[in-house]
Amino acid sequence: MSENLGAAVKEICRAHGHDRTRLMDIVRAVQEQFGCVSGEAMELIAKAVSVHRVEVDSVVSFYAFLSDRPKGKVVIRVCDDIINRMHGADRVAQAFADELGIEVGQTTPDGTITLEYTPCIGMCDQAPAALVNDVVVTDLHRTTARQIVQELRRHLDPRRLVRKLGDGNNAHELVQAMVVNNIRKPGPVIFSPVNRGEAIKKALAMSPVEVIRAVKTSRLRGRGGAGFPTGMKWEFTRGAPGTKRCVICNADEGEPGTFKDRVILTERPDRVFAGMTIAGYAIGADEGILYLRGEYAYLRAFLEDVLQKRRDENLLGNKICGKEDFNFDIRIQMGAGAYICGEETALISSCEGLRGDPKNRPPFPAQKGYLEHPTVVNNVETLGCVTKILEDGPATFNEYGSEGSSGTKLLSISGDCRSPGVFEVPFGITLNEVLRLAGAGDAYAVQVGGPSGQMVSRDEFGRSICYDDLATGGSLMVFGLDRNVLEIADAFLDFFIEESCGYCTPCRVGNVLLKERLGKILAGKGEPSDLKYLQELGETVKLMSRCGLGQTSANPILTTLKNFRSVYDALVKEATDGLQPSFDIHAAMSESEKITGRKSVHFLA
Amino acid sequence: MSATIDFIIDDKEIQGRPGQTILEAAQQNGIYIPRLCYREGLVPHGSCRICTVLVNGRPQSACTQPIAPGMIVENDTEKMNGLRRNIIDMLFVEGNHFCMFCEKSGNCELQALAYRLGITAPKYPYMFPKRDVDATHPDIFIDRNRCILCGRCVRASRDVDGKHIFEFVGRGPHKRVEVNAEANLADTDISMTDEAVEACPVGALLKKRVGYAVPIGQRLYDHKPIGSDIESGVAPASSR
Repeated sequence: MSENLGAAVKEICRAHGHDRTRLMDIVRAVQEQFGCVSGEAMELIAKAVSVHRVEVDSVVSFYAFLSDRPKGKVVIRVCDDIINRMHGADRVAQAFADELGIEVGQTTPDGTITLEYTPCIGMCDQAPAALVNDVVVTDLHRTTARQIVQELRRHLDPRRLVRKLGDGNNAHELVQAMVVNNIRKPGPVIFSPVNRGEAIKKALAMSPVEVIRAVKTSRLRGRGGAGFPTGMKWEFTRGAPGTKRCVICNADEGEPGTFKDRVILTERPDRVFAGMTIAGYAIGADEGILYLRGEYAYLRAFLEDVLQKRRDENLLGNKICGKEDFNFDIRIQMGAGAYICGEETALISSCEGLRGDPKNRPPFPAQKGYLEHPTVVNNVETLGCVTKILEDGPATFNEYGSEGSSGTKLLSISGDCRSPGVFEVPFGITLNEVLRLAGAGDAYAVQVGGPSGQMVSRDEFGRSICYDDLATGGSLMVFGLDRNVLEIADAFLDFFIEESCGYCTPCRVGNVLLKERLGKILAGKGEPSDLKYLQELGETVKLMSRCGLGQTSANPILTTLKNFRSVYDALVKEATDGLQPSFDIHAAMSESEKITGRKSVHFLA
Repeated sequence: MSATIDFIIDDKEIQGRPGQTILEAAQQNGIYIPRLCYREGLVPHGSCRICTVLVNGRPQSACTQPIAPGMIVENDTEKMNGLRRNIIDMLFVEGNHFCMFCEKSGNCELQALAYRLGITAPKYPYMFPKRDVDATHPDIFIDRNRCILCGRCVRASRDVDGKHIFEFVGRGPHKRVEVNAEANLADTDISMTDEAVEACPVGALLKKRVGYAVPIGQRLYDHKPIGSDIESGVAPASSR
């Protein structure tokens, strides 16, 4: 075994040029082959790429899909985000556990199958869903869970679990997934047909500066959520000193409730790759990276094939479309289960073979990004828009949308609605209209923008989706009247606690403290002063955290305190006896009672 | 570029040099900005967030933010000090800090900052985590109960000692400092003279057998609050 490991690690490291910046690929490959990256493997990798062992450990221990202890040949990861839980994820997980004879978090005694929970895998519109290694299984219920285990016991081949293929490219021979697109409302920008090469040829007929001007004229802003003007970002990057530049497409779609990038990559990958190439031309880059979240590994072979076809057609590679001096190619960087890597500087760290810690700013990626080169990081949808802008011209793009927000927005809608799926809508549309489209006219609350966004109550459904009002990366989770918004907030806190990189104090510690106090309130032991405590603590996390994750991680508390105050007020009460309701004297005494072997005489009641 | 940059901290006009961070420029002007993960000579980390100031109204860590002409910095205000107290409280409850029997007491920057900012007891509930002690090395020990994850040992060992003995592993609440060995500190090539050992602001990384060489009452922060040296202009080189 050890000799095998030694030879395999050597080969894997050699295949990656003994390059420490490719450490993500190296550890992923070792994980895939050996079911873990053991201490011994870390030692071997460290030697081969000339780093310290603890640096390899640092990377491996960061990502949820990597492990230093052996996991089963097959790992079942049941998605446990709030939407999946609403659809019965816990029952499904229990069925898996019962059939396997283990608990969630364990591996079968024969070492073949591991069962885990995982945060949102981008399948909220077909929940409950799970990953079985790279294979996605959707619309699960208890019976299918049991059948999956029985089948796996026979062949341990997750690919054979897929019987009915999904629509569109989900049925492509290189995808072969049961995932469905659920495109409920195709729009004129992203989902319009692609004429491969058209946008690039139009871009190459202009100067790079003219391309940037076109994007600026279109008033395109980032679709990931932050909404930075794309043309300006490109201009900064183009103007930054450096000998090499880089374009990164952020396909680490991890915000719970978002799945529109998955559908774009499935149905319109050419639109995205064309956008990256145009960005490369505009800023003077020769390297592009698609950072694909580990959960979407099932799309990798298909996307690689699309890239190859583009190379064959000279839409990638050297002298693209005959343009002298324009060389540009794209590689796919796989993630390995870390929400924080959707933060652009964390994503860059990950591409560099490091832990997915965000970087200190300044310098900004536009000045010093990937390997210190000026770098543009754009969302999948943003780059899709770029292609359309070049195809039809910025004026046409400007016709869609509202005053301050041009174009269309893809929304991923899930939860308590009749038609969950992807909707391409013009900016400026009201929440009410969107909910009607999704068959959720009777919604009680909507989480706009995922856990990092805001929980919006019914009296605000007249607000519109655009950068000046309800800005969102596109996640809309709908909750009906029977849902408890505080339990939802609690689930979101769980998510942020697990997904925090732990770099800075307020995010690492603050969210644990927020959860403690919310738990106290949910248990009926809250006092009015706890609401002030939550507000102050939440604001500390928001103001003092280092990156976007931390700064928004208290939003589940802050926005429910603001918009659902009455729910809190109904749960807290002033203690009339002067005692702290949260202090359980019997629980506090239990340990000493156990040691002394008798009940405390003072607190017998 | 001009030789000096004029900006404002708490209504006071300050001059700094291009390339300086807010923290450095403030320090040069006798203004102390509370900090923990910062240590002179190490790459700023920006992780503890205690040096957070408002720059034109926006929170930024003073140890990483370069100065710019005309910027307005809010540092020693009730609002910022309140937020800093919250962060320090968080650090206290996150680990197991028992000052009364910690040999770093009086020399501890966390403790000293708490005193300076007027904290007598944390307002958050203690988490009482289970953390381990590594006393395998003959001269140096790690007590992770007191580690505040500032990364000073990580940077000092990597960038000053050239050894890379420490590194962060895990993430979120599971994050901890690990050593570059299969198991223990004894298996590394750390030595008593390493900068990494000096760099720890708390009692997490300590030399053995010298804990009480300087008696309580005669220690760094026993008589004057942390930062006094900077404010009196005695020793611009701040932290030790």
